[in-house]
Amino acid sequence: MTIEADAGSAPVPGLVSRLFAGHLGPITVVVLAIVVIWYAGAVYMNAPRQIEVFNRAQTDWGAADLIEGTLAQDRPILPAPHQILVEMKKTIIDKKITSKRSLVFHAWVTLSSTLLGFVAGAVLGILLAVGIVHVGALEKSLMPWIISSQTIPILAIAPMVVVVLGAIGLKGLVPKAIISAYLCFFPVTIGMVKGLRSPDLLQMDLLRTYSASSWQTFWKLRWPASVPFLFTSLKVAVAISLVGAIVGELPTGAQGGLGARLLAGSYYGQTIQIWSALFTAAALAASLVALVGVIERLAVRAMGGRR
Amino acid sequence: MRLAFNPWMAASAVLAVTALLFPLGAGEIPLAWFDLPGLSVFVLAFAAACAWLARGKIRGLPLGLILLGAVFIGGAAALYLLYRAGAGGEARLGFWLFVFALWAAAWCGLDAIAGFASLNRLAQRGVDLLVPLLFGCWLVFLWEAVTVGFGVPQVLLPSPSMIAVRLAGSLDILAADFHQTFVKAVISGFAIGCGSGFAAAILVDRVPFLKRGLLPLGNLVSALPIVGMAPIMVMWFGFDWQSKAAVVVIMTFFPMLVNTLTGLNAAGALERDLMRSYGAKYWQTLILLRLPAAMPFIFNALKINSTLAMIGAIVAEFFGTPIVGMGFRISTEVGRLNVDMVWAEIVMAALAGSAFYGAMALCERAVTFWHPSYRQRR
Repeated sequence: MTIEADAGSAPVPGLVSRLFAGHLGPITVVVLAIVVIWYAGAVYMNAPRQIEVFNRAQTDWGAADLIEGTLAQDRPILPAPHQILVEMKKTIIDKKITSKRSLVFHAWVTLSSTLLGFVAGAVLGILLAVGIVHVGALEKSLMPWIISSQTIPILAIAPMVVVVLGAIGLKGLVPKAIISAYLCFFPVTIGMVKGLRSPDLLQMDLLRTYSASSWQTFWKLRWPASVPFLFTSLKVAVAISLVGAIVGELPTGAQGGLGARLLAGSYYGQTIQIWSALFTAAALAASLVALVGVIERLAVRAMGGRR
Repeated sequence: MRLAFNPWMAASAVLAVTALLFPLGAGEIPLAWFDLPGLSVFVLAFAAACAWLARGKIRGLPLGLILLGAVFIGGAAALYLLYRAGAGGEARLGFWLFVFALWAAAWCGLDAIAGFASLNRLAQRGVDLLVPLLFGCWLVFLWEAVTVGFGVPQVLLPSPSMIAVRLAGSLDILAADFHQTFVKAVISGFAIGCGSGFAAAILVDRVPFLKRGLLPLGNLVSALPIVGMAPIMVMWFGFDWQSKAAVVVIMTFFPMLVNTLTGLNAAGALERDLMRSYGAKYWQTLILLRLPAAMPFIFNALKINSTLAMIGAIVAEFFGTPIVGMGFRISTEVGRLNVDMVWAEIVMAALAGSAFYGAMALCERAVTFWHPSYRQRR
């Protein structure tokens, strides 16, 4: 908004400078730079092995051959971006989605436990926050433990949780979802405690003069006031929920999921497969966060917010 | 003063009396309260005390302290029932009702202590520390009672006492793992990652163009599952701690970069104008104004990173490691179903993580003492 307003009052700038005044231009340049560096890195890191290959075949090679060879290796140390994109196209678009080799299938496995854990964690987080805001003793006794619960590297013991829960017959979706939920509830609780306390003293006093019950105060003041906080924490929560699901899939011999894909790739040295799983996970995370952002905008508009 | 009837205490009294009517354990020889006349008298006394306290004559800190003592003795009695009297594994309704009675009393006592407010800072501080500690002790007791009382299989969830025994018995292994994972991988990775993130932020800050391009990307990357890079790092840097440190570096770099960049913009326009009117140079403004203003953000990143670093190092060990390290130990002992050893590692990881986080928080308090969140009392 402000940028446009400034641009309107100033003498009309050229296209280039207008493009670079916003975020789009700089981001494009930075991304392009990263891609260029990536290609250079791929050539540099894959070169020794390529030279070895050339020497073994006793062929003459020039710089062009070397570059071409390094960017087309089967199991490169660092695959070039286009190799990853080709692999992703092969496993996302060309394969049937029911196939075990389809990344869509694996992404769906991960996504389902992510979403289940996300919903469970968010509900738990909100309930805890409501309890903490309304019961004084709960705040003092529980809050320090909620904070220190996050210093336990749950992500690191996630595989154990999965194995142990598997031993009592909880298999598949649920153990991963529990890990996601454990990671999720924390930002939601913290954000919601802040949000439910965000109405200022004047507004609370007004409701008291209306002799509103704490139930009415909650629904008419605290809850609406906390919605922006809720969505901010939900964005954080959905991202770490995905991380939790992926790590939960790691060492359990899970058959499906992006984490299983990563592990299989690392066992067999299939670097391209690892990277394509990583890219898919990144795309998934970005779209989940974006989705929460869209819902936020809709919710705020429905509530008549001014954002 | 109006006497306030205390429903929690009444519930506690009723529960304790009802408990006496039910059997305690169902071993080969069923255990009942009349087998233990001394304990039964104690429970009756407990119930009577609760009923008397429920009238609400005593409240606040005295009530809390009385209940604290009562619950402590009651907890000891419950543990005696489990271990000595033979209710372990086969505990029945009578035992659980007694535990519930203790629970109600404990909650009430905690509530009473938490409500304590004093202008004496030291006393207030002590009570604020005491409440979560007592709550934690209660949770551990409950964990012990449930696992031993129900006879939960050790594979599923070992009892705290078992974990403590295992922890004390394998200190040398734990120390070796700690050295490998924490001292070597986490500390070095954390230092390099945070240091380079900070340096990059200072550099990027000088070029507004880069800043506009990098900040949204950095925010995006912070949301990505970077732990997934672990197998690649293990491939690149080998099995030893260097690869774990590398994972920690990439995990901690972006939060530091983004937070420092945000923090460098946190100094107000007024203060900046003041510096300009003094004719301050870039470096003077940076060191005297902008870095101090950025400190809350930088410490925020340090605190986030302290937990991320632990996670990164341990997860990276799942992808290949020498035969020492916390992640290695966790994954192999799970395979052998030595869950108590795993829990011992978890306890140590939690202690190390909390200590690391706490150290960062203490530094923050010392450095950003001027910040409103510390100046203001509650």
